[in-house]
Amino acid sequence: MVTRGFVGRRQPPETGARLPPGQYLTDDFPILQIGPNPTVDLATWQFTLREGSRPIKTWSWDAFEALPRTTWHGDIHCVTKWSKFDTAWEGVSFDDLLADAGISAPTPFLLAESYDDYTTNVPVTDLVGGRALVATRYAGQPIHPDHGGPARLFVPHLYFWKSAKWLKGLRFTTSDTAGFWELRGYHMYGDPWREQRYTGD
Amino acid sequence: MTEPIVFRWHRAEIAGIALATPHVTSVRLRCPLAESYRAGQHVDVRLTAEDGYQAQRSYSVASAQDGSGTLELLIEGLPDGEVSGWFTTVAQVGDQVELRGPIGGSFSWDGPDGGPLLLGGGGSGVVPLLAMLRRRAQGWRGIPAALIYSVHTRAEAIALPELERLAAEDPGFSLHLATTREAGGKRIDAGLIAEALRRTGPPGKVFLCGSNRFVAAASDLIVAAGVAPGVIRTERFGA
Repeated sequence: MVTRGFVGRRQPPETGARLPPGQYLTDDFPILQIGPNPTVDLATWQFTLREGSRPIKTWSWDAFEALPRTTWHGDIHCVTKWSKFDTAWEGVSFDDLLADAGISAPTPFLLAESYDDYTTNVPVTDLVGGRALVATRYAGQPIHPDHGGPARLFVPHLYFWKSAKWLKGLRFTTSDTAGFWELRGYHMYGDPWREQRYTGD
Repeated sequence: MTEPIVFRWHRAEIAGIALATPHVTSVRLRCPLAESYRAGQHVDVRLTAEDGYQAQRSYSVASAQDGSGTLELLIEGLPDGEVSGWFTTVAQVGDQVELRGPIGGSFSWDGPDGGPLLLGGGGSGVVPLLAMLRRRAQGWRGIPAALIYSVHTRAEAIALPELERLAAEDPGFSLHLATTREAGGKRIDAGLIAEALRRTGPPGKVFLCGSNRFVAAASDLIVAAGVAPGVIRTERFGA
């Protein structure tokens, strides 16, 4: 359906090719979350891998910082339509996390769980093979609490609501279990290139 | 929630359009969604050019359901705004766009959710809070409410006459205006928060919307004033 008189602002081809459908480029780093930043103290911070309710392994901040580190450079895409190019993140890859725990993924799905009780679901296949980090640095610095520090999930090939802020753990689940936004109409998978913003997209 | 929520695109026709402030345009849209949203939720708006190019943006709904078959968006004209620019310079009554939603269940309120309600808005972040106050005025005036509203100047404040009239006639509602770029003006501070809390009593629901800077400051002050973080819901925009 054409809107009378709407022309739009076309991106230069080199930008357009990097923008998923319906997205626009921003130089800002907008902040979206459901409530205030939780208070997360590094002295008591813990990160726990669970299978259902059973803990598999827990790391303190110091133990987590001692794990092998992976860096990632590229573009991120938020379901609220902004994309940001050429971001730089560093953290522990999901593969290295599993290796340190001495396991392979026990189920095909998991729920990321945050200190503010936010949750979001991601299939394990989208986390392995270097596709995801638990990030602790952005642009070379510790991640500011506004952007999810001290540690956030980082899955850049999915819309950014999947990259849960203030991460406290990952819980393997036997089935694909909707998280906070997925229960409220957001897409279960969230591929920006297929514009999977909401259920049914 | 057993049924998945599905958002489909709906055709919407502009039923009314007018300047609300020097930088904000009020757009009344006739659309099926007008009968099925909660105060505080937002919608996605999609515009399509002759050649099929599309642009989408999210806008909070300013109205509360009123049986008119229309809903109101208050759209701030941004410099070079691809979508807002069309609304502020091209759009006229009868033009058609597409809408889907309503989106954002956690940042929404209705009378049965109760209160007291403490609302904090920075600039155009007041829009979803205005919807909540309009909903409250439809039959929930027994619920105490306060609006902390930070704006550059009074002239830029959205719906100021409506809010001041409501504050004057409704003892259960208080308006706490902070003008940051006017002589004698100030930013929100602990004193302003304390005054608002004195009027509402301990809030059951807190909704904050605005720039990141505003929401972070308001959120910190409200938590410092003793409000449980778990009752606070935020929506932020910009860097």
